[in-house]
Amino acid sequence: MHDVTHAKQRRRDLILAAIFVALAACVPLFVKDVYVQNIMVLTLMYAGLSQSWNILGGYCGQISLGHALYFGLGAYVTAILLTKFDVLPWFGMLAGGLISALIALALGYPTFRLGGHYFAIATIVIAEIAYLLFLNWDWAGAALGIDIMVREDSWAKFQFTRSKLPYFYFALFFAAVAWLVTWWLENSKWGYWWRAVKDNPDAAESLGVVVFKSKMGAGAISAFLTAIGGAFYAMFVSYIDPESVMSFQFSLLISLPAVLGGIGTLWGPVLGAAVLIPVTELTRSFIGGSGRGVDLIVYGSLIVIVSLTRPDGLLGLFSRKRKKEAVQ
Amino acid sequence: MTAETIIQSLASGLLMGLLYGLIAVGLSLIFGLMNIVNFAHGEFLMLAMYGAFFLFAFFAIDPLLSMPLVAAGMFVFGAAIYLLIVRFAMRAKTNVGMVQIFATFGLAIVLRGLAQYFFTPDYRSISHSWLGGKTVSVFGIYLPVPQLVGAGLAILAFGALYFFIKRTDFGRALEATREDAGAVALVGIDQNRVFALGWGLGSALVGLAGAIMATFFYIYPDVGASFALIAYVVVALGGFGSVFGAFAGGILVGLVEASTALVMPPSLKAVGIYAVYLLVVFIRPRGLFGSI
Repeated sequence: MHDVTHAKQRRRDLILAAIFVALAACVPLFVKDVYVQNIMVLTLMYAGLSQSWNILGGYCGQISLGHALYFGLGAYVTAILLTKFDVLPWFGMLAGGLISALIALALGYPTFRLGGHYFAIATIVIAEIAYLLFLNWDWAGAALGIDIMVREDSWAKFQFTRSKLPYFYFALFFAAVAWLVTWWLENSKWGYWWRAVKDNPDAAESLGVVVFKSKMGAGAISAFLTAIGGAFYAMFVSYIDPESVMSFQFSLLISLPAVLGGIGTLWGPVLGAAVLIPVTELTRSFIGGSGRGVDLIVYGSLIVIVSLTRPDGLLGLFSRKRKKEAVQ
Repeated sequence: MTAETIIQSLASGLLMGLLYGLIAVGLSLIFGLMNIVNFAHGEFLMLAMYGAFFLFAFFAIDPLLSMPLVAAGMFVFGAAIYLLIVRFAMRAKTNVGMVQIFATFGLAIVLRGLAQYFFTPDYRSISHSWLGGKTVSVFGIYLPVPQLVGAGLAILAFGALYFFIKRTDFGRALEATREDAGAVALVGIDQNRVFALGWGLGSALVGLAGAIMATFFYIYPDVGASFALIAYVVVALGGFGSVFGAFAGGILVGLVEASTALVMPPSLKAVGIYAVYLLVVFIRPRGLFGSI
């Protein structure tokens, strides 16, 4: 009986996602304002990024505060291959993803053995080392960064001088793929292990080795997808430097939507990004240049309030309602 | 590279290391007490530095004199943060790890935002304090006076802390709560009160460090971030929760930083510290001096 409702729930999720994607794809037909389109692109990008983070941070419970490393690697590999070797960004994107996944595997081996706080701090420290190295690496532009000259509209080069629409559709595609990967993982063998282990150390003990392998897998998938997002961002803003793609700020922005929406849930990152990014961007523009810091105050407070009152995230509001209905 | 430059930089590394120990010890104290890492520790330091700065700017009180005021202010602030936020974070039943990390992390972001909003992102410094900008020469080695005094104060603070934990009732209650919080409640010690005082004490210690740092370091809203990372490294090296491990860990980090700066460009000196953190937690996850 349970399996039937579970399968039904999963099918319902998939249909819901398809409807969301179809609706989102139509929005730019009505919304022509470039500023609003920009916010939509960022919202979708962070939804995808946070969804990728959630695979490791939420489902596996390995809270990474260093995903800026993979984001930055995706951006740098793409930008370097394009500007120095004339490699199309699509290949650069894949290369960045694969390099990030390999690095995640190499780093996962020692770090997944560390307990909660030690793991989180190790991820910050590793990302910070990479940030400092890129800041001092002359060949990769050092602090000056890399300027990706945009000369023409071209899908092959994923460059567009005027319209934001192509970026919008790619961001939508990226968010949808990240969601789909999570949806698939949730029901896989790995997904079951993660759930079993999450709040039960004894289960973790008995499943030790296989769970370790599945964490490595989650780390690699999470890093790959995050790097794809980074590669997209590099092409979207067409100029990168260590500060703008590898600083701690990004590690935070990647994890926060999932935390806010509901960590370790399918819809949490989407909901979190849909709330967080527009709120941040709008407060920033309403308050204006003099009010630097207001966006920080807003989302910092959101995080404190949500983690104190709704550890299961904003999504908890919906599931609670649903449970109540089920009882009635 | 002559022997003189090596000794020179190791000496200043030692001084900085003692200060790092003082910055980190509050973090370690709180962790030992209740197994919570305060991810806003760097922002506590930042607030203390601003405290010293504004007392100087508005009332012309030298940081050396305002230090007790700043520490007292931070004591109240830390206890309040425990009572208003951390107390509730400890009650979480689901996603415990996430709640404990992000409750103080969110606080860190808010404090940074508030500082940017009210104090502006400008870099500030205390222009002419009693100590600032002076150096003394000891056996031909030049030592900056603010760091020298800071290191001396750090040693004094650690001594006082040692006396405090071993000899006073509150100190003993603190130690007992660390060892077995449940049993302590049975004896009639109010656990909540001990935790609040522990947060106050930990914050007062970072307050001391902040007042000293304000005499020779720029003060800006993000200043806490890099020092917080260093503090985590110090605490991890010394063993989370070990107060005197923080003392040794601080010295070690100061020396590692100074030696890294000798062989690598100065902008990469933090890499040495971070590498040591990774090395230590990979090999001995409970830190060099941590018991359990």
